[in-house]
Amino acid sequence: MTQAKAIISRLLQLLLVLWAVVTILFLLFRLMPGNPMAAYIDPTFTAEQQEALMAQFGLDKPLWSQYFTYLGNLLQGEMGYSFRYRTPVSERIWALLPNTLILTFSSLIVAYIFGILAGAWLAWRRGSSVEKISLTAVLTTRAMPEFWLGMVLLAVFSFWLGWFPAGGTRSPGVEYSGFWGFYTSADFLAHLALPAATLAIYSQGLPLLLMRSNMLDVMKEDFVTMARVKGLSKWTVVVKHAARNALLPVMTSFAISVGYQLQGNVVVESVFSWPGLGRELVLAVSASDYPLAQGAFLMIAVVVILMNLVADLLYAFLDPRISHA
Amino acid sequence: MPDYVATAPARPGRFRRFFSGIRLPLNDPFAIAGLIIYAVFLLTAIFAYQIAPYDPTEILYSESYDLAADLRPGEEGHILGTTSLGRDIFSQIIYGTRSALLVGSTAAVMVALIGTVVGVTAGYFGGWVETVLMRLADIAFGIPFLPFVIVLAAFLEPSIWNVVIAMALVLWRDTARVIRSQVLTLRNRGYVEAARISGSSDFRIILRHVAPNVLPMSFLYGSIAIGWAILTEASISFLGFGDPQSISWGYMLQDAFASQALSRQAYYWFVPPGVAIILVVSAGFFISRGYENILFPKLNR
Repeated sequence: MTQAKAIISRLLQLLLVLWAVVTILFLLFRLMPGNPMAAYIDPTFTAEQQEALMAQFGLDKPLWSQYFTYLGNLLQGEMGYSFRYRTPVSERIWALLPNTLILTFSSLIVAYIFGILAGAWLAWRRGSSVEKISLTAVLTTRAMPEFWLGMVLLAVFSFWLGWFPAGGTRSPGVEYSGFWGFYTSADFLAHLALPAATLAIYSQGLPLLLMRSNMLDVMKEDFVTMARVKGLSKWTVVVKHAARNALLPVMTSFAISVGYQLQGNVVVESVFSWPGLGRELVLAVSASDYPLAQGAFLMIAVVVILMNLVADLLYAFLDPRISHA
Repeated sequence: MPDYVATAPARPGRFRRFFSGIRLPLNDPFAIAGLIIYAVFLLTAIFAYQIAPYDPTEILYSESYDLAADLRPGEEGHILGTTSLGRDIFSQIIYGTRSALLVGSTAAVMVALIGTVVGVTAGYFGGWVETVLMRLADIAFGIPFLPFVIVLAAFLEPSIWNVVIAMALVLWRDTARVIRSQVLTLRNRGYVEAARISGSSDFRIILRHVAPNVLPMSFLYGSIAIGWAILTEASISFLGFGDPQSISWGYMLQDAFASQALSRQAYYWFVPPGVAIILVVSAGFFISRGYENILFPKLNR
């Protein structure tokens, strides 16, 4: 009963945060100096034509009225028209979302598999000089600007060695059969390799450090000491007893990482000209295409907020000792 | 804080108490290495004018009056070569320390200050104050940080302070949450109760009994924020939303990227700014690890 109540209050909190972010975004885009239609209005338009255009977009109404129109439209999944493409923003965003999600999840899955294995191994090798060197190396990867790492990989593996294409998702002239045919083609995967590697190298630090410190905590627990006293091999103790228990908190951090990764995507997508939400946001902001910028921002925010919720629920579900209160 | 400041000179012990709360992690070799890196960069920033051989924005010409563009390291006395516009790369690196340290330190102070004030207020007073502040923190957690900085930077005048403003608006959330939970455990301690019963004001209790105990935590989050600020500034400048007037490492990387330095294999141009960023940011990490060892000795990492 209390569980259900806690989940409901967490969902209400989610709605509050969503509403607040949507409102902040509205105020940010509407209260800023400059005519939001500047990019849309041709200088040759007469004053009447301009007013007609403003009326068509509802910009002649008072701010509160615009706000409710905006909220109502959002609830119907309506995000306006892009100034540059002259197509619905939602259409554009749904077309780009798969690219961003594929990049995010492929890099994170690689990062987590590597991070978990390496973290467990470093906990095993605790106190050795290998451990010290590896930890310093891991902290260094966390200190790298992601886009700089992308630039170095691009210069070495694309421009110098020529192993991978320099950007985008497809080579010109290559034909694909449908949605899945494209995303599983060798050409697409070759384009995916460098940006995904960049993000994976940056992201492996979190699961690695978490796994290692959890392992060190778990190894001090009674049941691990018991297993050791029973004379089980170090391998059995570390893998079967300690690693299993250390793994759960690392898995919950995955959801949080998805949220962070989406933000980091903005720069990496720009380096590799990857047609995703982050790069679109940058392009839209540079071109003063406000409806599209607003839509891309909102989509990223929604995924971040949902992932925060998933992390909270997973955490409570996997470790019942944590109460929702 | 009139009460505190007015009586402080008479009792220097309070200042010592305050500063012992900071506790520089001097027993950890990594933290010492981090502090040394900071010191070197700080000196470089202060004496940038004396160290740098050229003005970082000056377009240079060779002795035969040709544009000194795209020189390789060592050519015509340029330590790291020149950019496509004929600017000295080494001088740009030297001057880049200024914007990095400026952005890093102000952002760190803002994040630590706002986060600590919000966290202490929420934790100490509880009730509706706490509810409101913590819901605000929830909202801040729902805002994707880098996209937010981009949107903000696009609307404001290009300036390195945009990053600081955005961090002050959003990134106090982590500090506030942690400090609040720490204050919750402090609130009901015996000495706080005793101070309350003996008639100390809330303000005095917070300053004397609560703040000194959460100070190391504020510093931990502050030292993490330095790195975040420098990385964010670099990203924003790289995306072209930075201040083109001030030379920063992020601006250098954007310049190199836009000038095809990658395809021309001009590693001497885009590798040094990245290495400089890594050094400063990892120095911050090492120092914060030193703090963690002080704060959570049981971890003993």
